[in-house]
Amino acid sequence: MPDAKKFDRDSISNTLIVAVGLSLVCSIIVSGAAISLKPIQEKNEEAFRQRIILDVAGLMEPGGNIAELFGSIESRMVDLESGDYTDAADPASFDAVMAAGDPALGVSIPDDLDLAGIGRRAKYAPVYLVMDGPSIDQIILPVYGKGLWSTMLGYLSVAPDGNTIRGLRFYAHAETPGLGDQIDKEPWRAQWVGKLVYGDGDQPSIRVVRGTVPSGSPDAEHLIDGLSGATLTGNGVTGLVQYWTGPHGFGPYLKKFRDAG
Amino acid sequence: MSDARRILIDPLIDNNPVTLQMLGICSALAVTTSLLPALLMCVALTSVAALSGAAISALRKRIPNNIRIIVHMTIIASLVILVDQLLKAYAFETSKQLSVFVGLIITNCIVLGRAEAFAMKNGVVMSFIDGLGNGLGYSIILISVATLRELFGAGTLLGYPVLETVSNGGWYEANGLMLLPPSAFFIIGLLIWGIRTWRKQQVEKPEYQIHEVHRTDVY
Repeated sequence: MPDAKKFDRDSISNTLIVAVGLSLVCSIIVSGAAISLKPIQEKNEEAFRQRIILDVAGLMEPGGNIAELFGSIESRMVDLESGDYTDAADPASFDAVMAAGDPALGVSIPDDLDLAGIGRRAKYAPVYLVMDGPSIDQIILPVYGKGLWSTMLGYLSVAPDGNTIRGLRFYAHAETPGLGDQIDKEPWRAQWVGKLVYGDGDQPSIRVVRGTVPSGSPDAEHLIDGLSGATLTGNGVTGLVQYWTGPHGFGPYLKKFRDAG
Repeated sequence: MSDARRILIDPLIDNNPVTLQMLGICSALAVTTSLLPALLMCVALTSVAALSGAAISALRKRIPNNIRIIVHMTIIASLVILVDQLLKAYAFETSKQLSVFVGLIITNCIVLGRAEAFAMKNGVVMSFIDGLGNGLGYSIILISVATLRELFGAGTLLGYPVLETVSNGGWYEANGLMLLPPSAFFIIGLLIWGIRTWRKQQVEKPEYQIHEVHRTDVY
């Protein structure tokens, strides 16, 4: 190869060729993989979401068939403003975050009410009803809002009195590993069980405090211990739970249960 | 052939990237609380190290010197994204536990170190073997640390109970410290001590010695 000696790999033309060529090849490989694997990943995400719903309801058995167990849960759509059930959308395929951005399906949230920091929400939201024979045993509400770094998405399970929390779990967030991500760990989650969302009136009183809840505090039934080093994540959780149980979220829907009880 | 053998075996103990070169400590702390994510991390890192070595070596005569680190990073990053996507598709639950750490393989010093130190100067096959060897050297340490941490921190291995813990009605009081990052430092430190006691040639000479000033020197 007589040319090999003259080949100057540091020339500007070679630098450009290598840079452009490599970027092209790498981007094709990466986007090809992302697109071809997307259907499998979405199926995983969906199964994972269903598992979290089963988990928060306490129905998940080790090694259980997720699709089968999930079949026993009734999914309904709720019109958030009136709090009534609606058939306007299909709960299985409804994407609340996408619908929020749609001018026809979403409404913008007034600044003073936007505790979750999400700007807009969909008009409708799915709810998952865990049945015990003919009566409702748990109402599982999708909730989401901004934490410190990320949007945290999860499910809040409420007893049929419309007030007592049965569990809270997040299925997607990107909070600080080791600090904020404790929101998804068992010891912290366990505290939510049995807490009451509302005191007097329709404004949610539930919140995450800074530090630990003082013992003997009269509000203890509404208060959750904070996570040290994750105050802002805790504030985010307070905001999103208060928003979604508040008058602009599922408040009207939950009020029907409270009034009935 | 003995050359290939030496390149593969050397990084396992004698030139281990973690215990001798002190690289990749960050992920060794983060993903070793239990064995399964550690195993997955080992597979991910070893395949990225081997494939990036081969790819960079194949291009080594064309890669311009002034943008060579960027070229390495582009190749490594593409491979890491590929591995990450595959994990999300075929090992979803474990990939959730690994969270950001698969992505952080991009900045793992072992991978870039081998690209710069070996792949730029050696052939494709040798670079592949070198990446494989270094990946396996990292894996040995990660797996030992994860085994110890999961066994003594939770009493399980790969999620199966080995030491019956008190909370499950057994006899073993789980050592919570093992599940926290500092325990990985302790274990890696002890491993390094053990290896250097066994392989004396790894012990470094002191870089300086304190000069004892004698009273008479002052005058």
